[in-house]
Amino acid sequence: MLSIKNLHASIDGKKILNGINLEVKPGEVHAIMGPNGSGKSTLASVLAGREIFNVTEGEILFHGKSIFDLNPEERAKEGLFLSFQYPIEIPGVSMVNFMRTAVNEHRKYQNLKPLSAQDFLKLMRDKKKLVDIDSRLTNRSVNEGFSGGEKKKNEIFQMAMLEPKLSILDETDSGLDIDALRVVANGVNKLKTKDNSTIVITHYQRLLDYIVPDVVHILYNGKIVKTGGKDLALVLEDKGYDWIKNGNY
Amino acid sequence: MSNKANKTTDKLVALYEDNKADLFENSSDFINQERKIAIDYFKKTGIPTTKNESYKYTDLEPVFANGYTKFFERQKFNVELNKAFQCQVPNLDTYTVLFSNGWFYEKNSEYNSLPKGVILQSFQKASKEHPELVEKYYSKIAKPNDDSIVSLNTALSQDGFFLYVPKNTIIDKPIQVINLLRSEKDLMVTQRNLVVLDENSSAKLIICDHALSICRFLTNTVTEVNVGENAIFDYYNLQKQHNLTTQLSSVFIRQKKNSNVLTNTLSLHGKLIRNNVSILLDDEGCESNVFGLFLADKDQHIDNYTFIDHAKPNCHSNELYKGILDDEATGGFNGKIIVRQDAQKTEALQSNKNILLTDNAEMNTKPQLEIYADDVKCSHGATIGQIDEDALFYLRSRGINEKEARMMLMYAFAHEILKKIRVDSLDVQLIDLVESRLRGEFSKCDFCNYNVKAANCPK
Ligand SMILES: Nc1ncnc2c1ncn2[C@@H]1O[C@H](COP(=O)(O)OP(=O)(O)OP(=O)(O)O)[C@@H](O)[C@H]1O
Ligand SMILES: [Mg+2]
Repeated sequence: MLSIKNLHASIDGKKILNGINLEVKPGEVHAIMGPNGSGKSTLASVLAGREIFNVTEGEILFHGKSIFDLNPEERAKEGLFLSFQYPIEIPGVSMVNFMRTAVNEHRKYQNLKPLSAQDFLKLMRDKKKLVDIDSRLTNRSVNEGFSGGEKKKNEIFQMAMLEPKLSILDETDSGLDIDALRVVANGVNKLKTKDNSTIVITHYQRLLDYIVPDVVHILYNGKIVKTGGKDLALVLEDKGYDWIKNGNY
Repeated sequence: MSNKANKTTDKLVALYEDNKADLFENSSDFINQERKIAIDYFKKTGIPTTKNESYKYTDLEPVFANGYTKFFERQKFNVELNKAFQCQVPNLDTYTVLFSNGWFYEKNSEYNSLPKGVILQSFQKASKEHPELVEKYYSKIAKPNDDSIVSLNTALSQDGFFLYVPKNTIIDKPIQVINLLRSEKDLMVTQRNLVVLDENSSAKLIICDHALSICRFLTNTVTEVNVGENAIFDYYNLQKQHNLTTQLSSVFIRQKKNSNVLTNTLSLHGKLIRNNVSILLDDEGCESNVFGLFLADKDQHIDNYTFIDHAKPNCHSNELYKGILDDEATGGFNGKIIVRQDAQKTEALQSNKNILLTDNAEMNTKPQLEIYADDVKCSHGATIGQIDEDALFYLRSRGINEKEARMMLMYAFAHEILKKIRVDSLDVQLIDLVESRLRGEFSKCDFCNYNVKAANCPK
């Protein structure tokens, strides 16, 4: 599904990713953990195609094809989805128009006809249920005035609408109350198939109780310094990051 | 004045002198008296140059220097404008008034269905048939000796529309004034409108400005509006001409007690557009909403000047202008607000937001607040920025292509102004129109349907 080899990236001459290697197979759930500022969101942004980051070395293959030839929208249509750590508010762009455009762009890419207004609204209804998001929110402008938790729910709602092959969830759990966390995690699990993969970026074991990872990575200073099973998250929960920072891994 | 500006001014004064007989013949003594005051002032001050503080962003000299024909009598056309022209806004039910080159079209249908007592007619006719009304209001807030563009209008204008709405009268449908320009020579058009709303009345005006022939047009329009106690007045100006037109539009509004006014100036197309909106809050409890949206590309220039005069206490003004400038387009916004000593408990909000799509586009913005009262709430802000890159990436990351994503963001930016429209169907149509303008599909999808073949100006 995804294969990252020796990825180096920088911004304004400042090196942030220092040789990342990562293999994600279809159906797998990977968790990426790591202290603040270690480069988790940067990795996610580079995957999604944010142009402000400079890739200086390495390669990323998505379905065996280099991702660097694709712009952000093409990556999305190839099935990559990023749930933003900080979703953007876009006043004046309605959620409905946003999602209709996005869904139909995906369909066009797959040589499908655009959805009729009726079918689209039905799709919206179904997916709203899945993440238990209020119509009050989806009738507004994109993320405008949404609470932190509502924004995160909205990310998962969009993921449900677009049915990606690879989802990167960047701290989707932060800002969610306990009930919302369960709803969102259940939503993610319901969307799970044996073919699609998920990368969960998180600081807390709590989320991984619901979305159980096959592999856990620790990212530190722009490098994956440790990889293990789901128990690695428990170790972090217990010991914190000091042992990583001290180089005792 | 510079030498050049002097020369151009002299030419315009000569135009007045040469045609004085025609001008005076068809107007009342009262109006001709104002002409004299106006031309004297114009002679003295001349075409405003960029040295003039309120015209610092727009140089009008070159525009006036171009030679124009000017008609001093109503022209006859061999086409039926009513049939030739149809506004294609679906479901927009209005009282339609057509103008041809600044003249009230004589075959405008009779407005039998207008509420009793409402007068809607040619200004020239009104000045003869209703001199008491005209003389009470004409040239009072658009003074003949204040802004020389207004002076020039006062000196040269002959026609326009006159709207009078009597006490307690609500006009059920908006009045749509469609200004059409058609010519075979470069043409200067001077139009003068007068609106009077008595107390407790209400009217909505939609002014659509179009140019049908590919000539240089210069229009200098002045509109005076008196809004009586408790009256409600909406003014929408859709400016959609072409790359050879210069449009100078000055609107003066005086508000009486507890009146409510909304102006929305939508500048979508024109080589040079200068809008003056001047509002006098002349009694307590008034509300003024002053909005504008301007979209310019190529070498177009759009300048909005507003003056909100809080003369009396407890009034509220709310001003928002937004612009998108592409290519080498330039723009100006100068928003002056005065809160007089007497005007306690004033609330005056002003904001001007602009997006520049290229490095070559340029925007000048200047808020100008003079506050002489102490118990007031005033705020102003101006931004000049680019398309929000974070928002752009967010949309693209969902599969929306870059062009479309930019479109959505520009449209969202403009939408804030469009949603302030208080006329059903007009908002929907203008949203489409703005969208097609932003997509650059302007020539393909036209707002209006003219069956008149566009003439080309011989050079
Ligand atoms: N646009 C930017 N400009 C400059 N520096 C940046 C930019 N984005 C990220 N960085 C820097 O890159 C480093 C990694 O940031 P990143 O957001 O990827 O960390 P993170 O692992 O996601 O942290 P957190 O757990 O706090 O979300 C930080 O030092 C950050 O300051
Ligand atoms: Mg982060």
